[in-house]
Parts: sequence; C-alpha cells; structure tokens
Amino acid sequence: MTDAPVSTLVTATGIEPVLEPAGSSPAPDRKARKKAAKEPRRKITWDRVWAQRALLAMAVPLLMYQILFKYVPVYGWAIAFQDYKPGRGSIWNQTWVGFENFGDLFTGVNGERFRRVVINTLGQSLLTLIVGTVGAIVLALLLNEVKSMPFKRIMQNITYMPHFLSWVIVASLASVALSLPSSGGFINQGLMSLGLVHEPVLFLTEPNHFWGIVAGTSLWKELGWNTILYLAAITAIDPSLYEAAEVDGAGRYRKMFNITLPGIRPTIVVLLIINSGWILSTNFELPYFLGNGLISERAETIDVFVLRYGYQLGNYSLAVVAGIFKTVVAIILVGSANLAAKRLNQETLV
Amino acid sequence: MSSTSVAKPLARRASRGRSPRRTWTTERIIFTSLNTAFLLALAALMIYPLLNTLAVSLNDGQDAVRGGIGIWPRVFSLRNYEVVLNMNTIYQAFFMSVLKTVVVVATNLLFTSMLAYALSRREFIFRRPITLIFVLTLYFDAGLIPNYLLIKDLGMLNSFQAYWVPTIISAFNLIILRTYMKSIPDEITESARIDGAGEFRTWWQIVMPLCKPTLAVVGLFVAVGSWNAWLDTLLYNSGDQALSTLQYELQKLLASSMNAGANSANVAGNAASVGSGGQLTTPIALRSAITMVAAIPILFVYPFLQKHFVSGLMIGSVKG
Repeated sequence: MTDAPVSTLVTATGIEPVLEPAGSSPAPDRKARKKAAKEPRRKITWDRVWAQRALLAMAVPLLMYQILFKYVPVYGWAIAFQDYKPGRGSIWNQTWVGFENFGDLFTGVNGERFRRVVINTLGQSLLTLIVGTVGAIVLALLLNEVKSMPFKRIMQNITYMPHFLSWVIVASLASVALSLPSSGGFINQGLMSLGLVHEPVLFLTEPNHFWGIVAGTSLWKELGWNTILYLAAITAIDPSLYEAAEVDGAGRYRKMFNITLPGIRPTIVVLLIINSGWILSTNFELPYFLGNGLISERAETIDVFVLRYGYQLGNYSLAVVAGIFKTVVAIILVGSANLAAKRLNQETLV
Repeated sequence: MSSTSVAKPLARRASRGRSPRRTWTTERIIFTSLNTAFLLALAALMIYPLLNTLAVSLNDGQDAVRGGIGIWPRVFSLRNYEVVLNMNTIYQAFFMSVLKTVVVVATNLLFTSMLAYALSRREFIFRRPITLIFVLTLYFDAGLIPNYLLIKDLGMLNSFQAYWVPTIISAFNLIILRTYMKSIPDEITESARIDGAGEFRTWWQIVMPLCKPTLAVVGLFVAVGSWNAWLDTLLYNSGDQALSTLQYELQKLLASSMNAGANSANVAGNAASVGSGGQLTTPIALRSAITMVAAIPILFVYPFLQKHFVSGLMIGSVKG
C-alpha cells in the first residue's frame, strides 16, 4: 500500500492535460524538480574531491582535450584584427590593423557581397527549416493514420534512408535530377511529360530557383528522419483523449488539430530552439556543390564564402571575421530562443 | 485505495481502445486510399534517384549519354565499375575511408562512453559545469580557419591523426549515452561498488554491457558521419593523395563535372571519354558508379541497424 500515493500521482498527471492546455503542465513540475535537486547539494570540500578522484580521472583529461580542440582555436580570432598574410609565418608575426577588417566586411568594399551572403544564408536556412518542419509534421500525422503496421514500418524505413547518404552523394543525385533531360534530368522529363512546361527548366543556371532547390533537396534527405521525434511524441499522447473526443463526435481532422497538434507542441518548440542556433551554419554543402558562377548571387552562403573566398583564396582575415559573426549570432539566437520559450512557459533546451 | 478505483476503469478503457473494431465508412475508405497513394508516391520519390543512378552506373557509358534511362539499364555493362575499381585513387580512397571510419568509431565509443559514465554519476561534483562546457560546443565554433590553424600548429596537417584526434568526443552522442546511463538503476552500480569494483571497473564491466543497444546507435551515427565526411580531407589532408577518402574523390569529380557542364547542354563534354587503361566510359556513367560505390556501404549496413536508431534518437531527445 506504500505505493498508493505514487500511482495516484501518476494518474493525476496523466489526466492533467485534459484540464489544461498541454504546454502549461511541465512548468510547475520542472520547478519542483529543480528545488528537489538543489536541497541535497553539499559543499565542495577537498575530501569529496579526493573521494571522487576516479571520476575526475575519467572526465578531466577529456575536458582538457575538448577545450583544446573546441575553445583554444579562439586564439585564431586574433587574425580578425590583423592583416594576415600566410607567408609571414605564425600569427605573432603579422601586422595589427584593429577593426579594419570588420569595417571592410560589413560596410566597405566587401559590404555588398557580404550582405547578400547573409541574406542568402538566412533565406535558404529559414526556407529549409519551415518547409522541413511543416513537411515532417504533415508526414508524421499521415503516418500516424496508417493502421497497418507492416506498411507503416516499410514507409518509415524507406523515408529514413536518404538521411544516411552523404551531402556529396545527395548533391550529385540532385545535380543529375535537375539537369536537362538529355543528361538524365528526370525532373524536367517528368514536368514535360505532364505538360507543365514545354521547354526544359534550367534549374541550376537560373538564380531565382536556387533557394527552392536547397529547401527541396534538404526536404528529400531529412523529411523521414525528422518525423521520428514527432511520431514518438504522438505515441506519448494519452489515448483516452482521443476516445473522449470521439464520444463528443469529433472527426479525424478535428482530432488532428485539437489533440495531436497541441500534444506535440512541446516537441516542435524544442526542435525549433535547437535549430535556431544553426540558422547561419546549415546548408553548407548544397550551395558549395550546386552553386556556380551564374547563380552565386543567390547561392553563396557564409560558410561557402569562408571556404571559397577565405580559405581557398587566402583572405584569412575576412573569413575569420565572418566566422566570428556567425558564432556570435548563433549563441545569441539559441540564448534568446531558449529565453523566449521559458517566458512562454514552454519546454526549454537548457 | 482510491488509486485502484481510478486506475481500473482507465485500464479497461485503454485495452478496449487498443483493439478497434471500426466500420469501413465511406470517409475512411477515401482517406485511407488517398493516404496510401500519397505515401507510396513519396516512397517512390525517395527511391527513384538511387535506382536511376544504379541503372546508369550499370549501363554502357556511351549509351548513357543519350539519356532517358529509367530504373533499368538499357545496355547492360559492368565496364564503369571495372574502370572505377581500377582507378588507383578510388581503390586507395575506399580503404582509407574504411580505416578512418573504424578508428573514429572505436576511439569515439571508448572516450565518449567513459566521459558519459562520469557525467551520469549523480554524486559527481563537477557534473553540471563539465556537461555545460560540452553542450556549448554544439553551437560554439571558433570557425573554419582558426580550427585549421590549430591543426597546423599541432603539426597534424597531412597526417592520419587529423582524421580522428580532434573528434574523439561528440557532444550530441555524449548526451545520448549519459541520458541512457542515468536510467540504469542505482542498485546495479551500488552492488558493484559493495563488491569492491572501482569506477573504471564499474564503467567497463557493468555499465558498458548494459549500454550495448545505445552504443550500437551511437556507433552508427559516428560511422555514418565519418564515412560521409569530406571537409576534413579537403582542409587537413588534401596535400597527401594517400590520405584521400572516397567522399573527397567523389566531391572532386562532382566539382569538375559541375564546372565543365554547369548544366548547360554540354553533350559534347559528356561524350568525351575518360579512360584508364584504354577502357572507354563517360563522366556521367563514371560519376554514377562512384556515387554507388560511396553509397553502397551505407545502404548495406542500414537494414541491420535501423531497428536500433529510432530508440537511440529518442533517448537523446529526453533532456536531463
């Protein structure tokens, strides 16, 4: 009988979402957990450190290692304030120029190009994120309606598969698919045989198609994979909610919009927070491989700029400035998305 | 007492809901057939590009230039694969990719799981700050050139070490493993301690065997990531042909064909024959063959591991 209060609690939390919108329930729970975690916290004494020397031996060398390879490279940021010439040797032999490179990149001779690069990055990323999220949610909802388990499993396995192919392979497949029918471009072939176009579309030489190509190709690769977490969240929804709705006469679409979608809202929010930090660094390979001189005004992103203009052409200083910009924006974005979610009483990342 | 009275009808209702005896209403028939048709079309769209590439790679090179090959080769030929496997660079790159993947997976699993074990111990005093430092690296990146300079300053350019030394810990996999290890009941590790096992022994002999499914998932993620990587080769090891990887070779080929064609009607360029040892083939067919060589190992291990990775991804999604 000792576990009676526990099971009452479990039943209570299970029913709670019926009474309240799904998003609001985790907040008090989380606060309670935090308080509980704080209470047994004891002072750090040398005795305790010594007692945990084995755990420290496991963790500290690897911590040092991570700091070396992830944080120590920050010394390279010094290049941003130098007129860096690889020929002069190490970064200690360079001329210091203060914030000249920052001015150069943001407003000066490269200002227009860099602004275009930032817009391309944001445009491609946001389009990919929106199309990808909406597509994954829709596919998860449709897969959830499939009642035959073998069919569902086969569909899942087929749609997860492209996720494991490398971007190099995907870019190669995309460049063939989008080419002229004579070079095997089956998208043009399909469009022409459906009578949608009369002339083959020059997908990879017309700048205005490029953002769509990036979003579409990413959708092809990640669509199935992105449904995994949504499908898991859907299975966690209390089935009695659906039954209650059915008793009240709710149809298929009513249940989708009023039960399933609110039920997976915390998952959507967490994934959007996680992805918001990568807004400036996603989609490196596609613009790098598929972009060419004819369409670079829409194709070039920050990462491509850093690799092509910075690394390969030797403009190290400007590339480092662009890299710093990217990292700072990423940290700010994740931080503020997390804060906003906390304000709205939603799930948070940290 | 009150709990049982609430729980029982709930349980009965749930079990009734699990075996639905629903009637085939018109709405349901229409929806189900539309949904099935849509999903089948989607699956076809996912598979077609690969089947098409496979067909082109198995087709005669000169004939492939005419285009219009669907999912079945028109003039069957193994010549493209012969040429690819006779190219020394591809052959070498394949084995370098395998070696690199094996070393990266082994070191990653060893070190990530050791750290995950330490961070999963509730009594570990520096658990929070250390975890935070690792999680931040998901977003904090010094940048391509600073990373390159570090590798250069450490003297690791054009060496095999550049492939595995910088990446022995991945923060994402660390979280997955740590979360799973946290779910192992304390009684198990406690009893090991009473029997006199130290932390290293508990990790290696008690916790690791319990983590096998999760280790398989993390191993799969790491293996796929390492196999698919090409930027590390470009940045750090492009100066030494012996260290080239398959993805990098494919990328070079792709880049050259993109530059040559840029998708314009460059049939003449496609018809130009590339051969080694007098064998004739065409870039389009050759590229398909190399794409398949790079994709086949992934497609081959996929069926064996797919039942694990869904559970692994879900463990990772539980924050803690």
